[in-house]
Amino acid sequence: MSLLKYESQTREPLIDGEKNYHQITEDIITPIELKPSKLWYVGFFISVGLLLFGAYSVYREVTYGIGQWNLNKTIGWGWDITNFVWWVGIGHAGTLISAILLLFRQGWRTGVNRAAEAMTIFAVMCAGQFPIWHMGRVWMAFFVLPYANSRGPLWVNFNSPLLWDVFAISTYFTVSLLFWYSGLLPDMATVRDRAKTKLRKLLYGVASFGWTGSTKHWQRHESLSLVLAGLSTPLVLSVHTIVSFDFATSVIPGWHTTIFPPYFVAGAVFSGFAMVQTLLIVVRKVMGLQDYITLGHIEAMNKVIVLTGSIVGCAYLTELFIAWYGQNPYEWYAFSQNRANIFSPYGWSYWLMMFCNVVSPQLFWSRKLRRNITVTFFMSVVVNIGMWYERFVIIVTSIYRDFLPSSWSTYYTPSIWEIGFYLGTFGLFFTCFFLFAKYFPVVAVAEVKSILKTSGENYKAKMTEIEKSDAEKFYVEEVAHAHH
Amino acid sequence: MAGGIKKFVVGSFEDEAVLFPAVKNVRKAGYKIHDVYTPFPVHGLDHAMGLRETSLHTAGFIFAATGTTTALSCISWIFTKDWPLNIGGKPHFAIPAWIPITFELTVLFSAVGMVLTFCYLCQLSPFVKKHHFHARATDDLFVMAIECTEKTNEAELINFLEKSGAQEVNVQMAETGWWIGRYDREQKLYREELGY
Repeated sequence: MSLLKYESQTREPLIDGEKNYHQITEDIITPIELKPSKLWYVGFFISVGLLLFGAYSVYREVTYGIGQWNLNKTIGWGWDITNFVWWVGIGHAGTLISAILLLFRQGWRTGVNRAAEAMTIFAVMCAGQFPIWHMGRVWMAFFVLPYANSRGPLWVNFNSPLLWDVFAISTYFTVSLLFWYSGLLPDMATVRDRAKTKLRKLLYGVASFGWTGSTKHWQRHESLSLVLAGLSTPLVLSVHTIVSFDFATSVIPGWHTTIFPPYFVAGAVFSGFAMVQTLLIVVRKVMGLQDYITLGHIEAMNKVIVLTGSIVGCAYLTELFIAWYGQNPYEWYAFSQNRANIFSPYGWSYWLMMFCNVVSPQLFWSRKLRRNITVTFFMSVVVNIGMWYERFVIIVTSIYRDFLPSSWSTYYTPSIWEIGFYLGTFGLFFTCFFLFAKYFPVVAVAEVKSILKTSGENYKAKMTEIEKSDAEKFYVEEVAHAHH
Repeated sequence: MAGGIKKFVVGSFEDEAVLFPAVKNVRKAGYKIHDVYTPFPVHGLDHAMGLRETSLHTAGFIFAATGTTTALSCISWIFTKDWPLNIGGKPHFAIPAWIPITFELTVLFSAVGMVLTFCYLCQLSPFVKKHHFHARATDDLFVMAIECTEKTNEAELINFLEKSGAQEVNVQMAETGWWIGRYDREQKLYREELGY
């Protein structure tokens, strides 16, 4: 019996090049030990600049009130809630990759899960900003906490989807963070044990919690990862489901639909994977990680994009059909006039969404395009623009013409501070991501090592001999035997 | 909790294909493996060492059940006894509307509880100081530490490890405080496993 199982040659290797365990450590950890490049500083300071602009925009909003935004009585949810849902959606890919793909035993997740999970955490941090600052009087944000207060209704309303959101987003953030960090411990220990400077040894020593690599600890670690994956799988589905309840449980035409939960979840995974592509295509190039984040990885994610994009397209058509078939005049008006009518004030946004999310991902049925980096990068940006417009369409086109035509508000454009707040979350996101890329192992070192001998290019070559001898053995033992 | 300084014979292996038979041989020869330190989870090594299965997932289940109970009991007490809030004339005891929060708290309690339990069991925390038998155990070496007792013949053991394929064998003194971890009771003897 051979202890190592080689993977079949028909699957392409997940780790390219002539690698051994030490080489993997070198490839992934070395960028942490070097001084950051000029490009890193440029990117980092642009991000910090955006973050500061965002902070100033928020300062204006807090000081002068929500009036700093161009929201009005009819359009009470505009860019802020659009951005909230957009960021939460982006925050879905990381946990999907690390949890659902772990349960499905997809080896390719090891190359991309660390960065995707980090991206998830940063995206959820950005998402959380919007409902918090949208409160206006943010110093009263603690009103959402469930404790016996002295304000009249003694408790928060546990039957309200907005409170479910508080629980869902904060649980999602906490669990994603724990999942990510428990996976990081062994890799932090790898950095610590290679450290040449005292400061690095101290910092990574603290960050690695004294990890030793004991077999018993690994056994528990594996069990922990598996159970956390099992918990995160329904969790990741629940979060966007609950976000969709914010709309679906209302009585607004265009929101009041039962299709929202699956439709939102598919859209979240769709946009999340697009963001992972945008980031990883840059990261693999800048940090020289092409051997670990291979074309095969990019292709696998593009397959997820074409699948979820098609699910989203199917949902768009279904809700359009049901709006007509349901014969509710308000619902049909929202769909036929506010959205599908391209000459209506916001009709263009509906068709832009349709083009970006439904038509353009169909390119990925072609293997050649799935494996083309330029096309993938361009498409990942297109998808995220499309998914931003999906939330804009759902929110603004449903409410700008309400039940009272005299209060219709046909042209909503965001103010500079509304845009500034959005740009500020980009600043927050990329500041965090740049720091992560500099100080953390961006690929899960230990996990990649664990698949090296089954999926590494140089090891897979050995499979040919084994397959041949196994076939001969099979023939001698089984086929020849059956003939007798 | 406190332990004394103990002596260990430490052998480092470069390949897990060599490590597995070595683990078997060492246990067969009657030595007690203190631990094997590896750079990544080597599947089946825990079984080869005769470690019992972890019951961390059971802890996870208990934490999850605590979360479910906390959410359901708190919300139902709040909305039916403590402050029955009239929300559009809907029933006070509205279980379907509580499913989302109940689910979230179940997951939250389970995840947080399990991670804390994991850290406690493995004695992982910032600022904890542990003895590391080999710096490359987190890079590319599989490091086996065997505890020496009065009966152990050190030279013989070193020789034995070298013959089993260890690249590097040395003797180290390490303090067996609470942090170093003892799995004596977790590890079955080789003959117990075979049933004689």
